[in-house]
Amino acid sequence: MNAPDPRLVARTDPDPVQLYARRVPVFPRKVDGPFRRFKWAVMALCLIVYWGTPWLRWNRGEWAPHQAVLIDLAHRRFYMFAIEIWPHEFYFVAGLLIMAGIGLFLVTSVVGRAWCGYACPQTVWTDLFQHVDRLIDGDRNAQLRMQKAPWTAGKLARRLLKWAIWLGISFMTGGAWIFYFADAPTLQRAFWTGTADPVAYATVGVLTLTTFVLGGFMREQVCVYMCPWPRIQSAMLDEKSLLVTYKHWRGEPRGSLKTAQRHLETGLAPVGDCIDCHQCAAVCPTGIDIREGAQIGCITCGLCIDACDSAMAQVGRPRGLIDYCTLEDATREAHGEADTPVLKTILRPRTLIYFAVWAGIGAGLLFMLGTRTRLTLSVAKDRNPEFVQLSGGAARDGFTVKVRNMEDRPRPVTLTTSGVPGALIYTDDMDEHGARGTLAMSVPADTTLRLRLYMLGPVGTKPGPVLFQLKAGDREQGHDQVRSTFSNAEGNGQ
Amino acid sequence: MAHDHGAAGTETGHAKQHGARLDEATGTHTVGHEWDGIEELDTPLPRWWLILFYICIAFAVVYVILYPALPGLRGATPGVLGWTSRGALATEIKTADASHAAVRAAIAQTPVEDLIRNPTLQRAAIEGGRAAFKQNCVQCHGAGAAGGKGYPNLNDDDWLWGGDIGAIYQTLQHGIRYPGDDQTRTSLMPSFGRDGILTPAQVQDVVSHVRVISKQDPASASSQRGAVIFAQNCAVCHGANGEGGRTVGAPRLNDAIWLYGGDRAAITNTVTNAHAGVMPAWGQRLDPVTVKMLAAYVHSLGGGEATPTVPVAAR
Repeated sequence: MNAPDPRLVARTDPDPVQLYARRVPVFPRKVDGPFRRFKWAVMALCLIVYWGTPWLRWNRGEWAPHQAVLIDLAHRRFYMFAIEIWPHEFYFVAGLLIMAGIGLFLVTSVVGRAWCGYACPQTVWTDLFQHVDRLIDGDRNAQLRMQKAPWTAGKLARRLLKWAIWLGISFMTGGAWIFYFADAPTLQRAFWTGTADPVAYATVGVLTLTTFVLGGFMREQVCVYMCPWPRIQSAMLDEKSLLVTYKHWRGEPRGSLKTAQRHLETGLAPVGDCIDCHQCAAVCPTGIDIREGAQIGCITCGLCIDACDSAMAQVGRPRGLIDYCTLEDATREAHGEADTPVLKTILRPRTLIYFAVWAGIGAGLLFMLGTRTRLTLSVAKDRNPEFVQLSGGAARDGFTVKVRNMEDRPRPVTLTTSGVPGALIYTDDMDEHGARGTLAMSVPADTTLRLRLYMLGPVGTKPGPVLFQLKAGDREQGHDQVRSTFSNAEGNGQ
Repeated sequence: MAHDHGAAGTETGHAKQHGARLDEATGTHTVGHEWDGIEELDTPLPRWWLILFYICIAFAVVYVILYPALPGLRGATPGVLGWTSRGALATEIKTADASHAAVRAAIAQTPVEDLIRNPTLQRAAIEGGRAAFKQNCVQCHGAGAAGGKGYPNLNDDDWLWGGDIGAIYQTLQHGIRYPGDDQTRTSLMPSFGRDGILTPAQVQDVVSHVRVISKQDPASASSQRGAVIFAQNCAVCHGANGEGGRTVGAPRLNDAIWLYGGDRAAITNTVTNAHAGVMPAWGQRLDPVTVKMLAAYVHSLGGGEATPTVPVAAR
């Protein structure tokens, strides 16, 4: 009983696996090449769009705000250039989000993780922050030295400077966000004078902090541990998706130039093209070695391609030892066969279906946008009492009528009813004697007009359906109609 | 329970049960229980859990001191903060009332006839009246104010005592035939049949006449006899043509609205026994502002009449 159970001992790992992986800091080396330049361009575009959009103006006349893109949560309107969306039209936004999702699938199945490599905010801001690192501390080696150096006043000063710049960028990032939700110039003045809404300050604070932490400290860990997208990728990628591929059949066995020379002289088997210079790993923003094959840390930014290409150029070997390549082509190339034609790779059922769904939703949204009505009517009948018996024998039914004018200008409208012969209507701010067949009114711009409407049915009116019809009185001739019911006592009158 | 202080547990200073031993695979002691070779490790609680546990105990002690906690025969210990859920509710109500104070003060200062000429005050009064109506009036007049037999429908255009806001306010404030208010609206219809003022045949003739003036029946010999009786006995209050009399709350008889029913049997019952509905004087039960709000609400239900240009004497 006191002796250790051999089965227990056998199961116990003498050196148990740590479930926690310590972060190895990544100090990517500066690199130049077509992919790096493309990445600069995308970064510039993303940042300009993000920071610039709220400042675009768009003249909507005197009844609506003049900011081109504005998510006006306070007044529940969403403005995007010529389009204005009301809360009940939120399916346009939902449709756009679905399109964005399917678009991501489409892009992934055609060009792999292009989103991760170039356009994802985490990538863009990490890239920006890493550039700040190089600006303050120098390139990869200097940063490595700085990391190991003791905390001297000089190191502290550099760190504080770097963090200050990070914080500055973070503040601008968080600060720009709020301008999408209110008139940007007004909000900016209010922000600096301390009179903006506390929500604005809290939002800027939270987003500054998250940008600072995610861009400054967490970086590639967000991609590897936090982001669900790399996990979904594995379902999205197939043998025809573009991946950054180390062409091991050409590179292996790797060896330095010296080794290559020795092998050549001693008649040993020749080495591969990879000179094992580690440049591909040194420039990687997520700190992986692409030569180990496709992996979750690879955001396919192509910087290792740039690094490898310049190394190959220096030693006079052809470029493309690391390159964008589909799994299918990799297999073909390894067997010495020609690549599949590009069009054949792109035009395959998966991409075509994604595109069809994506384009179908887009066309549907455009159609709805083009045909949507900007003048609507809703009618809610009083339930209690259903009708009121008047002393003259007539019956009066009450309705709550809402006329929604979604145009940015006041509109004249007329409201009529049909189905109840001789019925007259009037609103609660009118006298009963002013009741008439057709009510004319003006609906203020961008407003839902709520009316208490009374309908008088003459003596002997039978209960039955009634149709409310709304017509715009201006040139654009919008109209809407709603069915409701006129109630009365059965057999009322004589 | 036998405790073995000998072999296994001494080095940690814990008393171990018989059979407890150091499990070499994990480096943890067992508790000494064994079921068919399966043993239980005496793994200590995680430190973070223990710390949380102690924090919870400390929190509970502080809570018991500050808030009502320990139950007793006459209620729980009060706690030094003196907090009660009833008190919290009272504070909330006070806060809500305070937020209405300005508009209530304005309504208090405004004569009820002017209330409906000020859209802001009118809206506030109607909403306040809607709430008060649900508490005080729906029991008789119904949730939709549609009334019922003996309880007038407040949505229609037929008013026993007047439908302008001043008259409605007066009715609300002092009630109808309410014994505790000397300004209450009052009138009494005689029980023509029961008290023998009219014979049953005469009652039937009067009923026939009322059915004619309310356009329910064509004229007949009975109704022609009834017209004479009506002119002698009823017209003084109900008017020569049955148009009613608001000064005495006599219902209009030549219309389509009947408080107690318009068929022969119902009218016969009314003429025979008479009715005298009672409404409390709400001025005695509710504060003046609430009564004004109720008046504004009832006036807004669809049948409200314009204030007459000649001042009503009984105001």
